[in-house]
Amino acid sequence: MTETAREKLVIVGNGMAPGRMLEELFEKAPGRYAVTIFNAEPRVNYDRIMLSPVLSGEKEYEEIIIHGDGWYIKHGITLYKGHKIIAIDRDAKTVTSDHGVTESYDKLVIATGSVPFIIPVPGKELRGVITYRDLDDVQAMLLAAQSREKAVVIGGGLLGLEAAAGLQARGMDVTVLHVMPTLMERQLDPAAGYLLQKTVEERGIKVVTKANTKRILGEEKVEGIELDDGRIIPATLVVMAVGIRPNAGLAKEAGLAVNRGIVVDAGMQTSDGDIMALGECAEVGGMVYGLVAPLYEMARVAASHLAGDRRAAFAHSDTPTKLKVTGINLYSVGDFADADGREEIVLRDATAGIYKRLVLKDNRIIGTVLYGDTADGAWFNDLLKRGRDISEMRDTLIFGQAYQGGSPLDPTAAVAALPDDAEICGCNGVCKGKIVGAITSKGLTSLDDVRAHTKASASCGSCTGLVEQIMSLTLGDTYNPAAVQPMCNCTDLGHDDVRRLIKAKKLKSIPAVMQELEWKTSCGCAKCRPALNYYLVCDWPDEYADDYQSRFINERVHANIQKDGTYSVVPRMWGGVTNSKELRAIADVVDKFNVPLVKVTGGQRIDLLGIEKEDLPAVWADLGQAGFVSGQAYAKGLRTVKTCVGSDWCRFGTQDSTGLGIRIEKFMWGSWTPAKLKMAVSGCPRNCAEATCKDVGVICVDSGFEIHFAGAAGLDIKGTEVLGLVRTEDEALEHIVALTQMYREQARYLERIYKWAKRVGLDEIRRQIMDDVEKRKAYFDRFVFSQKFAQVDPWSERVSGKDKHEFRPMATVGFNQAAE
Amino acid sequence: MTMNWIAIGDINDIPLRGARCVRTPTGKIAVFRTAHDEVFAIEDHCPHKGGPLSQGIVHGTAVTCPLHNWVISLETGKALGADEGEVRTIPIRNDNGALFVALESLALAAAE
Repeated sequence: MTETAREKLVIVGNGMAPGRMLEELFEKAPGRYAVTIFNAEPRVNYDRIMLSPVLSGEKEYEEIIIHGDGWYIKHGITLYKGHKIIAIDRDAKTVTSDHGVTESYDKLVIATGSVPFIIPVPGKELRGVITYRDLDDVQAMLLAAQSREKAVVIGGGLLGLEAAAGLQARGMDVTVLHVMPTLMERQLDPAAGYLLQKTVEERGIKVVTKANTKRILGEEKVEGIELDDGRIIPATLVVMAVGIRPNAGLAKEAGLAVNRGIVVDAGMQTSDGDIMALGECAEVGGMVYGLVAPLYEMARVAASHLAGDRRAAFAHSDTPTKLKVTGINLYSVGDFADADGREEIVLRDATAGIYKRLVLKDNRIIGTVLYGDTADGAWFNDLLKRGRDISEMRDTLIFGQAYQGGSPLDPTAAVAALPDDAEICGCNGVCKGKIVGAITSKGLTSLDDVRAHTKASASCGSCTGLVEQIMSLTLGDTYNPAAVQPMCNCTDLGHDDVRRLIKAKKLKSIPAVMQELEWKTSCGCAKCRPALNYYLVCDWPDEYADDYQSRFINERVHANIQKDGTYSVVPRMWGGVTNSKELRAIADVVDKFNVPLVKVTGGQRIDLLGIEKEDLPAVWADLGQAGFVSGQAYAKGLRTVKTCVGSDWCRFGTQDSTGLGIRIEKFMWGSWTPAKLKMAVSGCPRNCAEATCKDVGVICVDSGFEIHFAGAAGLDIKGTEVLGLVRTEDEALEHIVALTQMYREQARYLERIYKWAKRVGLDEIRRQIMDDVEKRKAYFDRFVFSQKFAQVDPWSERVSGKDKHEFRPMATVGFNQAAE
Repeated sequence: MTMNWIAIGDINDIPLRGARCVRTPTGKIAVFRTAHDEVFAIEDHCPHKGGPLSQGIVHGTAVTCPLHNWVISLETGKALGADEGEVRTIPIRNDNGALFVALESLALAAAE
């Protein structure tokens, strides 16, 4: 094919739309056209959307080039840089540039883009007043920013805010003036606009809304702006970013049909059959566009037509808006105005700066505004585009795609989607099909029935929720699960669900739990915070930073508060054994601090009562000198191991119960447990240490050690259950530790071991601790690991100055000096 | 009776979601700092049985008394929920982190 035989395609404009059109055209009809481009800007095609990162310094111009010079050469394109077309002769089918170049065309594409709107106020022509449209504007702004003086950006839309952020990043003192009450009102509803304003202001950019510019002040150079209300804002740079209008002057002079933009049909044809228009200068279906997605769609359509495919047609679609300012996430698409027949789903989290709003009509999304967390924007937009009926996922829709189908937060759908062979109960190896089969064939209607027949959730109980969901899926409305008792008024979730989700979702801080599990209060309450703190300490011993402000006062100051606001102090006496040196030290402390009451406790310890809070560190310092550490008599944790004197002294003793008690206590002290944990070791079945009403007890016998658990001697009185008999001290320790770890991992906060055991089932506990060696070892290992972070004496830490503030008044005021 | 603003320290002396005490001739004042850096001062004396409110867990703009779990509003000093009772609130000023409480000069005079 000779050069003359090729059709001549001339393009006026070298922006992103014609650039994309050419890419598509070269693919669809390679070599069909000889292409000539006139570019009023003296450069190649670059990504105009990325001007803001260039302004802010996050990118260089070179990084935003779309087509380098090589691309034009490769495709044989004649590019006239810095040539502005000043005339189109439609009869002669030629265009002429301001440098006098005339080219003839077979097909002409007008892509002249848009021009920034300049508000017609006095002073608009002053030096220092610029617009924000192309690289030249960016360079002018960068030059001005070197002064690090004051800048005013007129316009609080997308472009204006990006300019403001860029200028501020370059060191200028920036004020944004916006004529409307909230920022970006075309893309955001007022609530999101408000959040945006707050974020922008937090970054140090001043925002004035409802600001009408009266005039721009200055002699030659801009000096400031005067508003309608008389306010004057000094500035050495004024950026007008109030909007754009299609650049249709050339087309109009050529006699083409022009409204707001150059009127084209859905095939991008203007009123002249040989001339097309696309991009921001084009008006299609009465709309003009400024965002890149529809412009690229126009490019695709135009390329198809140029390649001979006349079926391609442009169709309007809503385009998502995103703000390109680092650290500000917002996303909006569609129609979000209030109107009849529309519903909305709104999620707000002021603390985290998150706002999500979905506007629904006939169970379909028609508009989306996301602020703070925009990860699901694309998904919502997809639902919007497809017009998908969302009624089935309506409950969880606002949480996004991750919560549909696969997440514990949308459990019913997740369970419904499971195959029949999916294992539901790990403890007993029960799959979904077996549960469903049992329910239908045996007509089961209660959870207890299902547990009895299938064993599902009859063990550790952690799959109870899943089993209940299978029941409601299978039985429909006839199944009414016993409502789960929520942890507190801050959530609808029960303790078990929270514990499960903390692990499943790897939540490692209280704010993360509250955010992810949708806490209804901003920072919880005195019920849930200590519970969450315990669960996190237990589940992530090495990663979680203990939140002291979420601990009850006793655990915060390591002493027991009394009714008069004083504290009691209980030093640890391992196994209840003490000596003269320790007793002397205690006696000295009693004298020195005038301790009003000294009392022997039921756990074989000495309690010093009535100590002022300010004196606690000094008391601990003195006790520490004698070798005492904290007795944790205040803790939801290991309290005491009570012992009898055992085979060393007692004529009936079968084993060294004192020694074992001390060994257990030294191994386990410092560990946090769901509720207090009290133990005892008796040297023979006469049981002088009263081990058979403890949380965990040991009865020594000739053949070894009988391990007991789940006793109670408080609100409830209950003898222990036997876990099993082991032969050696080592085994006794391993079993007790494993049992404690199982309890730590499964119980609800403040649930004593006997209540947990009743819930979980004694047999299951015996099976896991006595019979399942691997499970036992795993529990043991996890306990040992967590002890690495727990066995720090809190008293000596505080004697060394930790949490000093806890023990001193902040100030003493108002005692008149004259009174001294 | 004039207001007498007295400096008591810096906001950072108080842990977030925590409290400190200020001693005055007419009893202890509990000064609270919420998760959002708001500060409140109330009498350190629960209307129920006199528990030291400064030792309680701070949540939202309320504190739970360490003795019997009454929940007291830091803003109004009133007991929340089913309980009835009220504790005195003390005017507090936060000047860029520097905290001042207002004590009535009458109370000071009486203490002399």
